[in-house]
Amino acid sequence: MKTLPRVDVAIAGGGWSGLLLARELGARTSLSIAVLERGAPRTTADYAEGMDEVDYAIRLRMMQDASKDTLTFRHTSKDRALPVRQFGSFLPGDGLGGAGEHWNGETPRLLPDVFEVYSRTVARYGKKRLPADHSIQDWGVTYAEIEPYYNRAETLLGISGRGGRNPFEGLRSAGYPTPPMKLGHFPALFVEASRALGYEPFPMPSANLSTTYKNPDGIVRPACEYCGYCERFGCMVGAKAQPTNVLMPVIARQSNVSVRTGATVRRVVHKDGRASGVTYIDTDGQECFQPADLVALASWTMNNTRLLLLSKAGQPYNPATGKGQVGRNLTHQAPGGVVLFFDYPLNLFMGSGANAATIADFDGDNFDHSSLHFLRGAHITAPAVGHRPVGNFGLLPPATATTWGSQWKKAAIDFFDRSAALATNGEHLAYRTNYLDLDPVYRDSAGDPLLRMTIDWNDNERNMMAFMSARAAEIGRAMGASEVAMPRPLKRYDVTAYKTSHVQGGTIMGASPESSVLNPWLQHWKVENLFVLGASAFPHNASGNPTLTILALTLRTADAIVDRYLKRPGSLA
Amino acid sequence: MRRRHFITISGASLGGVLVYGFDRKPTVLHAQPEQKIRVPLRFFTTPEALIVAAATARIFPSDETGPGANEAGVVIYIDRQLAGPYGRDRYRYTQPPFEAGVPEQGYQGRANPRQIYRNGVKLLGDGFDNLKPDAQDAALRKIEGTTFFRLLRQHTIEGMFCDPMHGGNAGTIGWQLIGFPGPYMSWADDIDKHYGKAFRPKPKSLEEVLGHPVKPWEEESE
Repeated sequence: MKTLPRVDVAIAGGGWSGLLLARELGARTSLSIAVLERGAPRTTADYAEGMDEVDYAIRLRMMQDASKDTLTFRHTSKDRALPVRQFGSFLPGDGLGGAGEHWNGETPRLLPDVFEVYSRTVARYGKKRLPADHSIQDWGVTYAEIEPYYNRAETLLGISGRGGRNPFEGLRSAGYPTPPMKLGHFPALFVEASRALGYEPFPMPSANLSTTYKNPDGIVRPACEYCGYCERFGCMVGAKAQPTNVLMPVIARQSNVSVRTGATVRRVVHKDGRASGVTYIDTDGQECFQPADLVALASWTMNNTRLLLLSKAGQPYNPATGKGQVGRNLTHQAPGGVVLFFDYPLNLFMGSGANAATIADFDGDNFDHSSLHFLRGAHITAPAVGHRPVGNFGLLPPATATTWGSQWKKAAIDFFDRSAALATNGEHLAYRTNYLDLDPVYRDSAGDPLLRMTIDWNDNERNMMAFMSARAAEIGRAMGASEVAMPRPLKRYDVTAYKTSHVQGGTIMGASPESSVLNPWLQHWKVENLFVLGASAFPHNASGNPTLTILALTLRTADAIVDRYLKRPGSLA
Repeated sequence: MRRRHFITISGASLGGVLVYGFDRKPTVLHAQPEQKIRVPLRFFTTPEALIVAAATARIFPSDETGPGANEAGVVIYIDRQLAGPYGRDRYRYTQPPFEAGVPEQGYQGRANPRQIYRNGVKLLGDGFDNLKPDAQDAALRKIEGTTFFRLLRQHTIEGMFCDPMHGGNAGTIGWQLIGFPGPYMSWADDIDKHYGKAFRPKPKSLEEVLGHPVKPWEEESE
């Protein structure tokens, strides 16, 4: 093991949260900071040649290499976990910028009551309504506390949107930095129809700029070209906010920050409640020890949990006793949606990752659940992300019986540009039975145990999705769809079918060290010079996309480190 | 060293084909040069390629709704994918133990796509390519539940609609069928227009858009 010269701060992971922390600390202090990113460097110039569906959207060229490192999966602790041999239901990012490079850019703020989900739910419906085996808890932070940071994150990225359109959104101290995007036909139809039904449609807040924008760091990004290559691709013009186009140009000017690619962090080294640094394998296969006074884990959400478990930092969660914290509250947005068929073409090849209209009328607790068989809700969204020819070929009305041959071909060609889906991504509450731990059998290419996910849907999600599909179908008919295909009822968690990459939990934040790994400042309760950033800190899964909240919480942690921790190292809680 | 194998593809049937597309209006496809092309195979033997080509042509036939897998060169696409890193499972987790799971755990087999094809072609049998279409359909129906057929169907769609650099979608013929224009750099002036009407710019491959060729992933060496 090679021991490297000491740095003040070591950050594992060069995605949104890791690079944002580096930028904040780099700008406001003279600390020496090393960002350790396992993947390769990337810049905007790399992406024009990447506008290829087969290599990027199907073979997943930008994602974590599953042959080296993956997870195992099972439904319950009685089942045998098997490796996720190819990624399916979610896509872990890899390389500089991480999943923040190939995201869609949907950036809603979470509803205010999300952060107080336990106390608000109990206050309105009573403890008896909480699902069996739940492990729902408040986040230990309120919307009001993070509102200023939401605002800063939106300003940094130049989020396009229209404040005041969503009546359920929390109080905003400022409007959006840029106006909403132009809408494709499909979301435009949704706006009209949902309004006619009495709902309150609004443009999805978007990190894909509606217009040229200069942020407070002087970074100028152009308007979106609506080319349709966002999700699973990097933006070839830099209109979609990505860590490489928003943060790296600033970090490159900061002499106290170094970004090391090809550095795979394996352990946080700690003793007696204090981290002394991290170990990593470099591109030559050499194991290195990087000593540091402060360590932050900012890897892709589930990898944070794995690093804590491998490092034995915190007590592993035990589902039998409910004791232990690391690995608890694994969640993934509940998937759903209906497919609509129209009599006319929709030109769906045009679009952008966050080009969408949405309603929050059935989100969170925005509607009365007294007589319903579930808690919480979903947003119903009409996207125009850019349909691609392989991925979107073959969406057919239920009456079409064949899946190959002349009849199928004729129908699939006929419907290719006349079918589109309304998405209903639902809130996923936390349960004692959904968690992460280390797999006893399967290992990665370096010989470390894989992370094991134990997760299944419960009746709350199943009933919620049935309800949401029915609402989405009503809107679809009002949009003029000649046919509506309902989804198969949600049954068991399926690791093969893509849902979203919003897998969360495992290193959750909270008000008590008994039931959380991190305090509300994302500081490890037991190792106080260790911080853990990203959606692994979310105690449950709101229906809204996580990135803006990840950024807001990271900014809040950065402020706390600079303003309080550095002056008096110790617990911030 | 492997003996060289070839497959001969006819471009002749393509010139001036009428296609009834998404907007129910006949369109004349942009003609490909009328010639026979002898394509060197990277993975399949010639007999294997003929069977796979025949099978993909039943999944996506050439018929009154327009050209199909043969004209698009789907078998060339599949041959290149199998010869490349995907075919040998370079990016799949292939550590043992291999155990049967529930469907929600995904494909748990040991066989990589190359082996699945090599064995799958045997299921269809020698002479499959010489059978009448009805008999070919019957043989395919018998294997519909296999991993091989699932891959074959998926790869047929990929080969119909991939960027032409991967060997399928020859002359963007698949994109013309469905009205997909390819990776244009901008629709900023069109995104909120053409509501309700088909907007169908002439399809362009990535190479045509960029003005230079791009190396697809399957050609990357270790």
